[in-house]
Amino acid sequence: MSYIAKPSAHHPALPKNALGLTHRDYEGTMSTLCAGCGHDSITAALIEACFEMDLPAHRIAKVSGIGCSSKAPTYFLSRSHGFNSVHGRMPSITTGANLANRDLVYIGVSGDGDTASIGLGQFCHAIRRRVNMTYIVMNNGCYGLTKGQFSATNDKTSPSKKGDANPFEAIDLCQMAIQLGAGFVARSFSGDKAQLIPLLKAAISYWGFAFLDVVSPCVTFNNHPTSTKSYDYVRAHNMAVDQLDFIEEKEEITAHYAEGTSVSVTMHDGSRLVLHKLDQQHDPRDADAAIMAIRSNAAKGRVATGLLYVNETQQDMHDILATDARALNSVPMAELCPGVKALEAINARLR
Amino acid sequence: MQAGELAARSRGRTAPTDISNPSYFHKVVDCQWACPTHTPVPEYIRLIAQGRYAAAYMLNWESNVFPGILGRVCDRPCEPACRRGRVEEKPVAICRLKRVAADYKGEIDAFMPDIPSAKNGKRIALVGAGPASLTVARDLMPLGYSCVLFEKDAKGGGLMRTNIPSFRLPATVLDEEIDRILAFGVEPRFGHEIKSLEALLQEGFDAVFIGTGAPKGKDLNVPGRTQARANVHIGIDWLTSVAFEHVHTIGRRVVIIGGGNTAMDCCRTALRLGGMDVRVTVRSPRRVMKASPWEIEDAEHEGIPIFDNHSPKEFLLDKGRLAGVRFQKMREVGVDRSGRPKLEPTGEEVVFECDDVLMAIGQENSFPWIERNIGIEFDEWHMPKVDNTTMMSTRAGVFFGGDAAWGPENIIWAVAHGHQAALSIDLMCHGKDLANERPKSSSSRFSQKMGIHEWSYKNDYAPLNRVAMPHADKAQSLRNLKVEVELGYDDKLAFKEAERCLNCDVQTVFSAPLCIECDACMDICPVDCINFIDNEDEPALREHLRVPAHNKTQDLYVSTPLKTGRIMAKDEDVCLHCGLCAERCPTGAWDMQKFMYVEAQAAQACLTHHNAYLR
Repeated sequence: MSYIAKPSAHHPALPKNALGLTHRDYEGTMSTLCAGCGHDSITAALIEACFEMDLPAHRIAKVSGIGCSSKAPTYFLSRSHGFNSVHGRMPSITTGANLANRDLVYIGVSGDGDTASIGLGQFCHAIRRRVNMTYIVMNNGCYGLTKGQFSATNDKTSPSKKGDANPFEAIDLCQMAIQLGAGFVARSFSGDKAQLIPLLKAAISYWGFAFLDVVSPCVTFNNHPTSTKSYDYVRAHNMAVDQLDFIEEKEEITAHYAEGTSVSVTMHDGSRLVLHKLDQQHDPRDADAAIMAIRSNAAKGRVATGLLYVNETQQDMHDILATDARALNSVPMAELCPGVKALEAINARLR
Repeated sequence: MQAGELAARSRGRTAPTDISNPSYFHKVVDCQWACPTHTPVPEYIRLIAQGRYAAAYMLNWESNVFPGILGRVCDRPCEPACRRGRVEEKPVAICRLKRVAADYKGEIDAFMPDIPSAKNGKRIALVGAGPASLTVARDLMPLGYSCVLFEKDAKGGGLMRTNIPSFRLPATVLDEEIDRILAFGVEPRFGHEIKSLEALLQEGFDAVFIGTGAPKGKDLNVPGRTQARANVHIGIDWLTSVAFEHVHTIGRRVVIIGGGNTAMDCCRTALRLGGMDVRVTVRSPRRVMKASPWEIEDAEHEGIPIFDNHSPKEFLLDKGRLAGVRFQKMREVGVDRSGRPKLEPTGEEVVFECDDVLMAIGQENSFPWIERNIGIEFDEWHMPKVDNTTMMSTRAGVFFGGDAAWGPENIIWAVAHGHQAALSIDLMCHGKDLANERPKSSSSRFSQKMGIHEWSYKNDYAPLNRVAMPHADKAQSLRNLKVEVELGYDDKLAFKEAERCLNCDVQTVFSAPLCIECDACMDICPVDCINFIDNEDEPALREHLRVPAHNKTQDLYVSTPLKTGRIMAKDEDVCLHCGLCAERCPTGAWDMQKFMYVEAQAAQACLTHHNAYLR
């Protein structure tokens, strides 16, 4: 962390987006995480993604649980709605908020402890319910806030900084998410913004449950030479299955790939994903193949990254439940709370 | 090899920055780089902020010799260069802070270099007692030289005394700084005009330095000039007469012709000598007026109107006496190749009635006293041929400096020339080669890290407005030529202004082998100047940075390749030197290091404070 605040002064030639804002307008307060923390890079990538997508900050809600990762929403989008919830309970809070107001963009920020341990059940059911949200796990394989104990996503082959062996197998959140029916599943690395920013943009515009597992080295406890979640290890073993171009509806496609080497996916909002396949065997629209790609890379000690799986036609929770299209705050009071007589009528119907 | 890879290779590479070259970081300290004598501006501003005025003064004195004078009337090339002016609107008031050091320095005699009582036997003649000659004397006296200073006027100072009115530069300030040098044992010959260089050379001096300035004011030959001569004055000559109290009054209505700093001094002096209706007229449009913006501002503040696009056409006479000036009004029609506006007459004419005219349309060099057959070559503009490193003319042992060398410049350039000439004279007297054996400038870097999040400089940037200069009451200062208009900052105002300095000499130093490419520095940088990027040739690299680096006067700091093959590229342009990159770096790949640059001078004894930083 730093003691002086980031100055408000900015480069005089800073680009502005369609809303007339610079990326500095999407920042939050000064991070209190350790210097070099991967989470700060993910925060910066989120700021850049929201800036490039011209999102108005007041139409975004950021929700988190407990942990280093869950502190992070303070460090971006200071003009957005936010809820820093109970440990592992981010999915429930987001589900409730989304039921009440489907018009906001929901960014859930969680960590490997918050998601893969205390909040594992919540995680599963948010996916099962197809909550329209972007669920980001800042995954560093350890409990950084409590001195670096192993988390449930730490690889069995990855000992602690002091050399203690990890006795248990890791939970692979991407595999779980695909099995549970998440419509958009990606993995990335905090040290690779060129990959992370387009994935974040695609995840935010995805209609349905979008899951993003971002390996984010803990510089203090899990960036040692024997760690599998260190900057060096992930760089050396990163196996990107594809390269994503996220193209907003208003933009033209400029990149051209040879026939058969790319997959184009049109999103609910008209934007398109153009995936340049780096692994020819991989088809991101095939869930079984996606799980195979993760498993076979992991067996070779590699980390499969990129857009692993995408379901082009997912229905979200509101589609499934056929709820009112309006956000509750725009439903007139008389309709929202029809009064004693209406309640009596309902009760009478049930007697 | 794939086509894409081939294309990437043909894109070229920008070579890593060689930070062992002192020029690289020196250039980042824009103010010091712009200063002809390379005064270490941020260092003395920090000393002022700490209230260490004597140390701040000495650091200045060692570089620029006349901090009290320059703190009032310097041309301030440092200020347009100031990085704060690129981040915000206005640069740090560097010049005014220098004056604070001079005003509050207290007793400094103990810091003066020792002057050897046993002389080295070398005698140097200095012609003209302006800033250039005085600098040569200061640099040579501590080495045991005997210096003889010839001056046609009764007192030393040259144009600083004759052409700058005392309401801008009080005589006490001038006397103090000149006397300090004379007290080194310089032998002054005031009131002694050199009429023949050949005769002087025959006196057997080991070297002769000519710092006689550009003393000839330009004249304007339009109809009526001769007939009106009693009331048409050459600006600098008239200012000299005022300075030596030969002239005490001027007519009620005065027209000044010219738009430079001399014109500003003329109009404000005329106001104090009884001018009621004083007007400045300039041939060109206002935006290309030569006067410094602050001098124009001060003149206008005193109620003097400036009429631009007025070209003088005729002096009008009434009964043989000057009655007015007829002007042709001009209009701008595009610009020429050098960017100067092209003017054409509009056909409209105006007449300004007046009692006196002061002409301040430029100065020229004049060397009627230098024989053309004594080995000193002159060029087609009648200027001596002078080597721009050694300051030596085509005759060995004769040196030029200040305005005498290449025409009108300013005081700070004259000082810079004086330092170089003194170096050359010392080399020559020791039988060394003036160019090849010239001492090199030195520099040092030292980490400012004191602990976690602790730096030995104030790195917390805050947007602050430039502190306004308090002025003397106009009713009083306009009546008295000797009342100084600018009152100077007090300690509180000085502290406030000093806090605006960005400490550009505290450099961001990057070590590629330590970098783990976590992006922390790039993400935290408030001005987006740090990039981790694929290497390309410089024009492409500049274009592809997070914010394209379009200010080509500012360098890119390029690292050696990192682990991923990318490079770190930093655009120095608007770096705030806040040190957040170094604070956020988990591995210490960034460090904030104070860079100290010291220009070589003849006398090491005059560099005590500078050299303290190099140890």
